Amino acid sequence: MTNQRQIDDDRPLAEMRGGVKKYGAVIALAGIDFAVQPGEVVALLGPNGAGKTTAVQLLLGLNRPSGGEVRLFGQDPRSTAARVRVGAMLQVSKVPETLKVSEHVNLISSYYPNPLPAAAVMAAAGLLGLENRLFGKLSGGQRQRVLFALALCGDPDLLFLDEPTVGLDVEARRAFWSVIENKASEGRSVLLTTHYLEEADALADRIVLISHGRIVAEGTPAEIKSRVAGRKIRCHTVLTLAEASALPGVRAVRREGELTELFTNDADRAVRELLLRDPSLSGLEVEGADLEEAFLALTGADTKEEVAA
Amino acid sequence: MSTTTMNTATAATAAAIPSGRRSVARILALESKYEFLKLLRMPAYVIPTLAFPLVFYMLFGVALRQGPASTYNFPTYLIATYGAFGVMNAALFGLGVGLAVERGQGWLLFKRATPMPPLAPYVGKLVMCMLFGAIMVSALFTLGATAGSVRLPLATWLSLAGVQILGAIPFAAFGLAIGYWAGPNSAPAIINLISLPAAFGSGMWIPIQMMPGVVRKIAPFLPSYHFAQLALKTIGMDDHRESAGQGVTVLAVSTLLSLGLAWVGWRRDEGKTFG
Repeated sequence: MTNQRQIDDDRPLAEMRGGVKKYGAVIALAGIDFAVQPGEVVALLGPNGAGKTTAVQLLLGLNRPSGGEVRLFGQDPRSTAARVRVGAMLQVSKVPETLKVSEHVNLISSYYPNPLPAAAVMAAAGLLGLENRLFGKLSGGQRQRVLFALALCGDPDLLFLDEPTVGLDVEARRAFWSVIENKASEGRSVLLTTHYLEEADALADRIVLISHGRIVAEGTPAEIKSRVAGRKIRCHTVLTLAEASALPGVRAVRREGELTELFTNDADRAVRELLLRDPSLSGLEVEGADLEEAFLALTGADTKEEVAA
Repeated sequence: MSTTTMNTATAATAAAIPSGRRSVARILALESKYEFLKLLRMPAYVIPTLAFPLVFYMLFGVALRQGPASTYNFPTYLIATYGAFGVMNAALFGLGVGLAVERGQGWLLFKRATPMPPLAPYVGKLVMCMLFGAIMVSALFTLGATAGSVRLPLATWLSLAGVQILGAIPFAAFGLAIGYWAGPNSAPAIINLISLPAAFGSGMWIPIQMMPGVVRKIAPFLPSYHFAQLALKTIGMDDHRESAGQGVTVLAVSTLLSLGLAWVGWRRDEGKTFG
């Protein structure tokens, strides 16, 4: 009971319906529907350029949607009433370097009617002892924690974390995850964007997978992982694309010149089947598919066309 | 440690549930205070802003006093115009470079995502550059009254300081426009390219009456000329080409044009953020 926050009703905290954003001829978001429910940790997962940051900026009222509707706590996201309930950690390359950590926290806290006490902010972000340090004198991990602290200042019901661990080493990333988990465990809702599947898996209750401005999959981390965390087999084969994609366990196939790439969840089985059907197979390589390739396999229009042909 | 953290935070949340209030006056005061501290700890801003007008004054106002132009009261004239020059630079650099840098870093975007009153950072920066202007003017006056042997009635010192410090407003507005149109790296260069010739052509370094005719013809097109003239009027050393009302009107129009330019730049910036 103590670690659940009071939310007035069951409406989504943040909601986007048919969200479209165009920058001139470039379509950053091509019609997205999703919502963050009370108490939920949602990860927007996608490769760079997928439209994650654009989605966050629309939800925060930092950018006008070209189409569709965006609500934050049922209101216009630019309204002060919505903004006092939100905390955001954006991709800020630098915070003014000649102010101390405590000064930054003090200023941002002053914007909110019910700020957290500075000591609680420092403790939650793991910054105790660094209060009097100038921002410019902090390490990369400490800087990210300051940005996180600034998102917590207003004691928000909903936290936006845009690529919170980008640029951190593995150790700092894990330390940061536990800081975020701590806050989420208080029943605070979180919308996180990341291009690390591992990060979405570690933190989120639900993953929304986006690519080229569209939602391509949505589900629990386990469901998403089974779809994208596959292996990539590269080889020269005489099999047609249609034959290759019909192999057991093969999710998608792509051909570039002589080279055929197969995406699969069960590489051992797919390789056995491949060798069975094409004894002349050569140049076989098996590697982990990175997220970007997994997205291509899930969404790439070119793959589908080739498969169809 | 995590349990303690959670308990503290939860207790704080519970205590904070009755709706609190924030004070806009307190926000503006903090914003101004931290803008001031931010730049005070930045030698690249403090030294040019505070030291340049003082060093120039020592060179041209005090050291050259005995030179060929000694018939003219340089020390008194230059108190008015170097003060104006210093305030103009403090405002152009404080607003222009400050905004261009914070915009480039994504810091302004972050602040817009908070419930910050939308004008707070601009008010903070304006107050900050007026404070720097006031400090610089006080130092310049001290130097003038001692090394420059300038003697003025107290009321004149005060009205001169008032005109100089208020003069920050039109140049802060122009700095705002530069901050929204220039990048973080180009902003300082652009400001120097504008402010140094403008200061020279407005009679801030050499009395306008001693300038060639062509410079005197161009000067009225420069807002800095009108600012210098308003400062000079308080000590009765202006060139008598316009009334105080005309000077104030030109600066007010220039302020509005700058704000319009800044607004267009802001709109352009708003549509550009992409990721």
